[in-house]
Amino acid sequence: MGVGRRMQKQGPPEPLSEAHYANLKRKKGIPVEDAPAEFPSSKKPRRGSQAAIKANKARAEASKPTSKQAKGANREPIALKDGKKTAGSKSKKAPAPAPGSGSDVEMDDEFGASDLDQAIGSGDEMDVAKAGDKFFASDDSVYDSDQDAAKKETFFFSDDEDEDDEDREEKLTAANIEGLSKKLDDKLAEEAADNEAELRDGALQTNIDGDKPNVLGDDDDDELSSKTKNLLAPDLQMLRIRITEAIRVLEDFSNLAEEGQSRAEYTSQLLNDVCAYYGYNEFLAEKLMNLFPVREAFAFFEANESARPVVIRTNTLRTHRRDLAQSLINRGVTLEPVGKWSKVGLQVFDSNVPLGATPEYLAGHYILQAASSFLPVMALCPQENERVLDMAAAPGGKTTHMAALMKNTGVIFANDPSKSRSKGLIGNIHRLGARNTIVCNHDAREFPRVMGGFDRVLLDAPCSGTGVIAKDPSVKTNRDEKDFQVLPHTQKQLLLAAIDSVNHASKTGGYLVYSTCSVAVEENEQVVAYALSRRPNVKLVETGLPFGKEGFTSFMGKEFPPSLKMTRRFYPHLYNVDGFFVAKFQKTGPTPPNAVMASKDKNNNAKPRSSTATDENSVVDKTPITEEGDNDEDGFAEFDDEEDKDYMVRAKRNAMRRRGLDPKALNKKAPTNGKESEKKAKAVEEKGKEAEKKV
Amino acid sequence: MRPLVESETKIVFDKLANYLSDLKSLIAPLDDGDRYVFRLNHSRVYYVRLSIANLATSISRDKLLSVGTCLGKLTKSGKFRLHITALPILAEHARHKIWVKENGAQPFLYGSNVVKAHVGRWTEDCPEHSGCVVYSMADVPLGFGVTSRSTADCRRLDPTGIVCFRQADCGEYLRDEDTLFAGGV
Repeated sequence: MGVGRRMQKQGPPEPLSEAHYANLKRKKGIPVEDAPAEFPSSKKPRRGSQAAIKANKARAEASKPTSKQAKGANREPIALKDGKKTAGSKSKKAPAPAPGSGSDVEMDDEFGASDLDQAIGSGDEMDVAKAGDKFFASDDSVYDSDQDAAKKETFFFSDDEDEDDEDREEKLTAANIEGLSKKLDDKLAEEAADNEAELRDGALQTNIDGDKPNVLGDDDDDELSSKTKNLLAPDLQMLRIRITEAIRVLEDFSNLAEEGQSRAEYTSQLLNDVCAYYGYNEFLAEKLMNLFPVREAFAFFEANESARPVVIRTNTLRTHRRDLAQSLINRGVTLEPVGKWSKVGLQVFDSNVPLGATPEYLAGHYILQAASSFLPVMALCPQENERVLDMAAAPGGKTTHMAALMKNTGVIFANDPSKSRSKGLIGNIHRLGARNTIVCNHDAREFPRVMGGFDRVLLDAPCSGTGVIAKDPSVKTNRDEKDFQVLPHTQKQLLLAAIDSVNHASKTGGYLVYSTCSVAVEENEQVVAYALSRRPNVKLVETGLPFGKEGFTSFMGKEFPPSLKMTRRFYPHLYNVDGFFVAKFQKTGPTPPNAVMASKDKNNNAKPRSSTATDENSVVDKTPITEEGDNDEDGFAEFDDEEDKDYMVRAKRNAMRRRGLDPKALNKKAPTNGKESEKKAKAVEEKGKEAEKKV
Repeated sequence: MRPLVESETKIVFDKLANYLSDLKSLIAPLDDGDRYVFRLNHSRVYYVRLSIANLATSISRDKLLSVGTCLGKLTKSGKFRLHITALPILAEHARHKIWVKENGAQPFLYGSNVVKAHVGRWTEDCPEHSGCVVYSMADVPLGFGVTSRSTADCRRLDPTGIVCFRQADCGEYLRDEDTLFAGGV
């Protein structure tokens, strides 16, 4: 699949072409010599009378080398007067016109003009219709004032005649090739000269005086910046040069900075330029810039302008990567494994077919999924026969990935708060053949109350999307201060809910992965640090991902716990994946009863601060039953072992049932269970037979 | 969500019997003591492991959008319509099969019937109007339909004659996403 139009459009506009400058000059009335030589001759017949055309024709004929061609040209006016043949067929039939003089165009024009004369007389509609652009263009000139029309036409036709130029160049003869190429050379040279002049004229401040680049605001500079704000299109080349210069200065400030200028001035200048060049709002640009050293920030902004590679994930429930690659290659797709770190990813370079509609896609052999979306699932690493929760599942890429890792065993709760997005989720789950999923539509914050005791939980939180600006450039302008307050708040609530949903006593799991497609610290490290402070019963563990940068332990004066080193950040400019953040927690004990709701936590702020104290807390909390037992002891009764045994058995059964298993099946083993199922099978068989009889 | 009642079970099994050779295997107990059951939610029939169905009881009816594999829909007129999502289950135990050639896969996935010229091979002795699963030549299930004639009659058919009327194809995942998975809305 090729790069979509959305992807292509996201970059800054291309620098203006040389022809554009020439046109600008022409509009201003400055004489430009580079207009194609054909213009005068092509203009004349259009506006002139029939006589003028004929005079022109005669000139063309005189210049024609062979008599045969002349004949052909002679025939032309007659055919035109008949007005029966169409323009297209005529231009095909007409023999090769005189080289270089543009008589090809002349003929068309003649046709248009003569047609104009005859249109009323002959009333041949076909001819009028097919006369083509030029005919209508000349028609325009009737309404416009002469001067303007002439200008317009020159402007208009310069495009059209490029095509004719190509035609003509095919018919070049040895005689004129030299002249034409010389003409072209001259043209190019003139344009280059024009360009240079243009650049010099513009308020350029790129001259480097000695070693120290002049980046900061002179008066001219201010003029420029005001210009860039007022004009529709800022001078991008200029801006870029200035950005690179500013970066150079900031990297070696003591040597390169102008005297008397502070670092802050350079930085703010750079910030303004970045905003203008890439189209960020100031708030977001500053936020992103603060994440990196200057040079890296620039690389990050640059990376956001180019699309990430298209990656597909093999569905191992249905096929193998090798088979899939082979069948896609047979369809004309160029691909290769995405990297050593993934056994299921394939990177697509080029495709002749739409990747989202191949028979393999529809049969669920793969799903289009960004490489970064593999990472949280790989970090979570769900095992077979576990109970897993995906708190924000749509569109189902990660959910089905988990189902594939679990080989369709256990159970996956795929939750998504949006009903409309859930449709895509259900579609993907069925298409990829995941049978162990339950799709529900809760607000994920309700979760420990709906269902708890999960072995693993994946929380791919809704976020500002600052890591996927390449995918969705609207982020550049949409995000403001408020988003970075509201979103982290939601994320904190979600993360606490996720932690509370995990079953700490799970034999195989007890893990939780928190991920966002954002690079902002507010949505990542701060949220994780908050969760660590509020839930003393979780700790960060290594994600197990083979690459990625360590998370921040301190950022702009904020200190985070040192364990945040174990989180991983992914950047587009370093790994060519979307910007991403992954943190993996392990839950070691039950959530203290006084910390279930975040609101209640406020009373309880002092407790979680010191880790040892909290450990003791959790130990105490682990056995809430003993507390009740204590009460009993204080009262009257002794332990009644036999009665307790009954309760214990019942509790065990309940626990089994809660885990979705039939307690009878394991307690009493095969015989009873077998009988039941046999009975049912028999009943069904009879039904089946009935059905068959009917058929 | 609830188990199917007697009458509903009959309708569903009648339909499935069109396609499957072995209904018993659908509900046979699995090795780990589990088994597959049928569940109804918002007039959609789901085919799911019992343990998963039990867990799903903790999700309220209007919040539960899908569980396990959706087989199809019980219509208000009391019929059962198989959806494309049932394909993996039908393909596993299919009685009659048709393999379409490479040039026939695309038209079929775009919603047209299977014509004779596109048939690569088929199961012999297939009677008229019986359900059959359509595969590509690489044995990838693409959809299912109903045979228009018995295999013997089909031999006399001209190449453009329709062999199998399409009922569902994988292309519906893209075409009908809005209506197909709207359970619970």
